[in-house]
Amino acid sequence: MARLWEKIRDYLEPRFLLSAVRDLAGKKKVPEHKRSFWYFFGGICLFLFLIQVMTGILLMLYYTPSVDAAHESVQFIMAQVKFGWLIRSVHSWTANILIGVIFVHMFSAFFLKAYRPPRELTWITGFLLLVLFLAFGFSGYLLPWNELSFFATRVGTDIAGVIPVVGKGLKTFILGGPEVSGATLTRFFWLHVGILPAIAVLIMGIHVLLVQTLGMSKPIGVTVTKEISFFPDFVLKDSLGWLIILAAVGAVCVFLPWEAGPKADPFASTPLGIKPEWYFTFMFTTLKLVPAHIFSVEGEVLAVLGFMLGGFLLLLVPLLDRRAAREKRSPVFTAVGLAVVVYIVVMTALTYLAPNIGK
Amino acid sequence: MKRRTFVNLFLGGSLLGTVISFLYPVIRYLIPPRQAEAAAKRILAAKAGELAPNSAKFFRFGSTAAVLVNTSEGQLRAFSAVCTHLTCTVRYEADTGTLFCPCHNGRFDLAGNVISGPPPRPLEAYEVEVSGSDIYVSRKT
Amino acid sequence: MNVPLRVFIQEVKRRSGLAALAFLIAAAPLPLSAQKDSCVDCHLQLDGELKAPAEGFSSDVHKQFGLSCKDCHGGNPNQEDVELAKDRTFKGSPERAKIPEFCGSCHADSNYIRRFNPNLRVDQLSLYWTSRHGLLLKKGDSRGAVCTDCHGVHGILPANFPKSQVFAWNIPQTCGRCHSKADLMSAYGIPVGQVDDYKQSVHARALFEKKDLSAPVCNDCHGNHGAAPPEVTSIAFVCRQCHPSAGDLFSKSPHKEAFDGLGVSECEACHGNHRIQSPSDEFLAGGREDVCVQCHDAGTEPYKTGLEIKKLIDEFVASSSADEELLKSAERKGVEVGEAQFKLQDGKTALVLARNLTHGLSRSEIETSLTEGRKALTEVQARGRAALQEAKFRRSGLVVATAFIILLAVGLYLKIRDLQKTSAPK
Repeated sequence: MARLWEKIRDYLEPRFLLSAVRDLAGKKKVPEHKRSFWYFFGGICLFLFLIQVMTGILLMLYYTPSVDAAHESVQFIMAQVKFGWLIRSVHSWTANILIGVIFVHMFSAFFLKAYRPPRELTWITGFLLLVLFLAFGFSGYLLPWNELSFFATRVGTDIAGVIPVVGKGLKTFILGGPEVSGATLTRFFWLHVGILPAIAVLIMGIHVLLVQTLGMSKPIGVTVTKEISFFPDFVLKDSLGWLIILAAVGAVCVFLPWEAGPKADPFASTPLGIKPEWYFTFMFTTLKLVPAHIFSVEGEVLAVLGFMLGGFLLLLVPLLDRRAAREKRSPVFTAVGLAVVVYIVVMTALTYLAPNIGK
Repeated sequence: MKRRTFVNLFLGGSLLGTVISFLYPVIRYLIPPRQAEAAAKRILAAKAGELAPNSAKFFRFGSTAAVLVNTSEGQLRAFSAVCTHLTCTVRYEADTGTLFCPCHNGRFDLAGNVISGPPPRPLEAYEVEVSGSDIYVSRKT
Repeated sequence: MNVPLRVFIQEVKRRSGLAALAFLIAAAPLPLSAQKDSCVDCHLQLDGELKAPAEGFSSDVHKQFGLSCKDCHGGNPNQEDVELAKDRTFKGSPERAKIPEFCGSCHADSNYIRRFNPNLRVDQLSLYWTSRHGLLLKKGDSRGAVCTDCHGVHGILPANFPKSQVFAWNIPQTCGRCHSKADLMSAYGIPVGQVDDYKQSVHARALFEKKDLSAPVCNDCHGNHGAAPPEVTSIAFVCRQCHPSAGDLFSKSPHKEAFDGLGVSECEACHGNHRIQSPSDEFLAGGREDVCVQCHDAGTEPYKTGLEIKKLIDEFVASSSADEELLKSAERKGVEVGEAQFKLQDGKTALVLARNLTHGLSRSEIETSLTEGRKALTEVQARGRAALQEAKFRRSGLVVATAFIILLAVGLYLKIRDLQKTSAPK
């Protein structure tokens, strides 16, 4: 076995200049300290993304993005295709878990101020990835063409339409028409398997490259110099985390397989209690609670603009947090970040605990 | 056995086992299932010549029962076989050339209309399409 | 502009061409939409009972055909003076006993009715005289229902209009206005529980809850204008109108001769008349609402056959429920069972047919029908079991995969430790 390995290595060595790569990899070090546990979350995002790509490619084999056949093809995958239930459930569950982990990863980087120079671009590409993956979630959710997804899409795009000036045009572009229809389904499919993966791979490539080039950021004030080598120590520890998550996803899919749900009927009235997927619910509930008018401006418009502004500020945090740039503690930003987290958690919880508040 | 060798073997073995337990479902998934396609809006109901004139064939269409009738003049008609009164499955009665529901004697003509009995609405009619030797039934748009 | 009709016509005749057109346009709004009807105008200005007819008439079906007060009551609607309006043709309001003839003066005249609706029946009056209500009237008792009691007056709506007093779902209430009143019915010895009984029946549930207009109401069994309780021998024919299959089976069974010989009403004996409930398997021999025991003693041959029939049906219901549970349990475990649930429908159809066959009292026929159904159930069971197997397979697959993952994790951990040990001394 070892002989075989050696033979392969000797063949590839001069052709890929493997030794150069190995030297580089061997030199990489990862700091180890009280908070280094958070370093794993980026890798977990990558791992889950790979799972999505693989299960997504498998699902494409049997899925049909047409109003007449989308729902039926998903039912077919769940009922007739061997292990179709598993592939589909993994894809649906992992999508939700991935977005959750992205939020954790982002907030851990925020609170550890990993966005300090020279890592500003890592943060910016990271934030773009968050937006991309929210788009992945939104577009993918419609594809099974069931009742929940149809109406959640309608509600979500209605909110987009509220943005002043560009809202109407944006909504029409997203929907492929004036309302959710077959055109929307094909457009979302195009986004979900074509455009978004291409952009995501590009930006993710930059993001990972930056991380590899710049190494892991140490939190402000941490002076310990203990390091472990990236390869193989950190990678092996990373893999351990990945395996645990894999086992968890598998268990969840066996005991709680994802339902196909009833087929969407555009002429049916909106079912009561319709809401978007959990990662959008904090925005959804905010919109429900916002008063109809604030200083003669429509409350909804203000809220949507508020979210966009918030996102924009978050994107530019590396440029705004001057104190952290000087390696000084910036409690103001920490406090604001904490407030944002609390807000998101509370709003999300409210959606499920008090579904009837607001309009 | 050296510790190093044991660990490597153990790692390799468990890696192999894990990879196989993942590859097995994927390979089974890729092999085409018995029913080749998802039951779509259109279903192959019968082959040409399968139905004699003045007879009918019952089949499943989506999640409901449906019937393909070959009239005595040789015309092919398809309907939902679910009686609009209390959802019993209708039957084809050759001697009257009508669709008959045995539960409360509802009777439908071969346009789906109610001729007698309690059904309140006609039977939903489906499109019949003959393509070569295949007879397809699909929902009316 | 308030122009008397005569004058208006004179003016139009005198003036011609454009002038007439102009006059028409100018004068049009008032005369064409509100032809002078002094009856309505005057009565609208009165109070209470005298105002009601004019108010109600605006929605009356007769108005839609261009008829008005004078067409029933006579008089001259062009006369503003009340004495002149009530001219020779004025009939006034008829007394109660004369109402059928009053309405019949048009509604029994086919030449007249043909002008408005050639399809409308004109035999209501003759039917009415055969009804219990009509017979009472002939005897001089005017407390029996007359046309206006059911159809209303001065606001009569077409019978197929949902707000009409004689639209299907309003009929029980209309009949009940008299037939639920003990003080009115006691003089005739008629019980008053029918409407209440009917409201608890399966027919009422179909009509009021499911809005199934094919469900029978009072007039479907008792007749409309010729209303009378069906004779004992007629009840069965009445039910057979909608339930012919049960009726045919019954007629071929030994019960028919027996019941007719005893003068027992066929369907009514077991199912009741007004308070007809959804029949359950408990009606059968040995059930909690056993109807067979009314005539058959326990231990007799017929009763034993009944018990066997119930046993067959109960067994089938039990296996059908068991299979349904099987499918539900597989579904709970996450396995898709749509195909099997569809097959279960066949089983349910077989049960409906078998239950209907109980009217025929033939054990062998019931057995045959249930055997057909059992074929479907066998398939359902097979699929259900396969689904549960699938659920088990998934779980064991999970165990295997998780075991390998745990082993791999342990292997990784050992490798990490191993690597750390080899790198530590440096």
